[in-house]
Amino acid sequence: MKTSQRPPETLLYLDDVTVNFDGFRALNQLSLVLLKGEMRAVIGPNGAGKTTMMDVITGRTRPDSGRVEFAGGVDLTRLDEPAIAQLGIGRKFQKPTVFERQTVWDNFLLALAGDRRPRFTLWARETSEEQDRIAELLKVTKLSEHAYREAGALSHGQKQWLEIGMLLAQDPQLLLVDEPVAGMTDAETAQTAELLREINRSHSVVVVEHDMDFVRALGVKVTVLHEGSVLSEGSIDHVSADPRVIEVYLGR
Amino acid sequence: MNRFATSLCLVLVLAGALALGLLDLLPPAGSPWHVSPYVVSLAGKYLCYAMLALSVDLVWGFAGILSLGHAAFFAMGGYAMGMYLMRQIGTRGVYGNAVLPDFMVFLNWKALPWYWHGFDNPMFAGLMVMAVPGVVALVFGWLAFRSRVTGVYLSIITQALTYALQLAFFRNDMGFGGNNGLTDFKDLLGYPVAARTTQVGLLWASAAALALALLVCRGIVSSRFGRVLVAVRDAESRTRFLGYRPESYMLFVWVISAIIAGIGGALYVPQVGIINPSEFAPANSIEAVVWVAVGGRGTLVGAVLGAILVSAGKTFLTGALPEIWLFALGALFIVVTLFLPRGIVGLFRRRRALSPLPGPEPAE
Repeated sequence: MKTSQRPPETLLYLDDVTVNFDGFRALNQLSLVLLKGEMRAVIGPNGAGKTTMMDVITGRTRPDSGRVEFAGGVDLTRLDEPAIAQLGIGRKFQKPTVFERQTVWDNFLLALAGDRRPRFTLWARETSEEQDRIAELLKVTKLSEHAYREAGALSHGQKQWLEIGMLLAQDPQLLLVDEPVAGMTDAETAQTAELLREINRSHSVVVVEHDMDFVRALGVKVTVLHEGSVLSEGSIDHVSADPRVIEVYLGR
Repeated sequence: MNRFATSLCLVLVLAGALALGLLDLLPPAGSPWHVSPYVVSLAGKYLCYAMLALSVDLVWGFAGILSLGHAAFFAMGGYAMGMYLMRQIGTRGVYGNAVLPDFMVFLNWKALPWYWHGFDNPMFAGLMVMAVPGVVALVFGWLAFRSRVTGVYLSIITQALTYALQLAFFRNDMGFGGNNGLTDFKDLLGYPVAARTTQVGLLWASAAALALALLVCRGIVSSRFGRVLVAVRDAESRTRFLGYRPESYMLFVWVISAIIAGIGGALYVPQVGIINPSEFAPANSIEAVVWVAVGGRGTLVGAVLGAILVSAGKTFLTGALPEIWLFALGALFIVVTLFLPRGIVGLFRRRRALSPLPGPEPAE
């Protein structure tokens, strides 16, 4: 029995969300509540529906049924990607996607919150406020020395940080981060956990990740997905002790 | 670098056109300095091609939209100009009809079709030169970009569009002169079209229009809008998640590009003296893409350079060895794709920012 009363500080609310792809049930009556200011880790085996969940939240995939609401009841299922992005949901993809042929500086400039319409960008000049903000972001992401290099020339880890920095530049209320440490060295992984905790001070975050050590380092509530629904939820110690989780995911 | 290249290109185009024109008009016919009217009209033609190439580069080089039908916009501008020129013939046509062009009298038409009205007015015709390709591009682009039709599918549709238009314009009952097209022009703004001074004036007008188009394009691509456009080209879905609407950006440059092509076509027609459905031929659009690839995609200046060089090569080859031109064009495209991916302009660029290693640029 679900209650229709939600706590007022709810930021993201998924209720009974189902997505079918040609008969394959990618999400099966998934429900999830994220509070304002919370950081949540989402884990689960391949095909558990982690990426589909992100697609539904960001407007790339329309759910067949269920409710997806953001910040006090905005219905996300009726909006497209740009509208949702402007509402304050930023997304980082699994594979780092930055604008490779443009400088790090310009990547940040494009991501900075602001008017996205052509009639504005056609005439826009860089303001000193924007320059300060970019300088700050360069510092946070440790990319100050690379500001004028093409983003395509950065190392894999630097691209991941650039993309996280671009998310910050958007200044969203909610960040969705898909496998941020895939392919990173141990040192980079630790720094990324640090960076995400830093970000979480002023933003709500959902992190999808495979790396259990990383999830443990984050030290936040964990949601385990399996076959499109929530299998278990709680602290990392709680879920790793859950026999169902051990059976489908950790036990191997 | 971009600034310098653009300025250099502007100076060369304007000074070159000015010099050619003056050398046609001033020295006496026997002088070694004299430039023949043939060269003047050839140069004017190349500059119009360069406008077409520029318009292709704007959408292909910066928005990643490979149009294989851009010559259609060029031809639309050309037809709008042709209609104006036809109306200026008046009673000097073979049938001496003051209102109807010869081909309509020949088809036994009694009145001017509605879409020919207004074309006797040069202001209206000038507006149509831009409005017709602009509106067609707006409708086509709105439908295509909104449905997220991109890549090879869009290329095929643009190719189909120009082919369909070619077939349509071949039909006599379309009212555009069928396969003969529009020709036998007499006056342009009151000046005899074929006169040497008029042709020199057209050369200069083409150079000025090209220069202006180059400045507009450079302005667009170096603005923040241009950076969003390149972002759309390289990672379209990423820009959506940043909150941009790629379709608005693509639609804007698509329409601007069509208008530039249309103006190029309008200036082209009085210099070659005819416009017919062969201007819609799919091969023309593909040739325009080859110009851009040869000159250097995404550089604007390269498009201008490529159009002029390849067209000059075509003039030479079709004169000297007409049967090998198409093979030469095909070989050129393959060679450029394989060995000069950034075109001729790419040869002059340092690949500084792309070098994978950090540290100072190699002094070279």
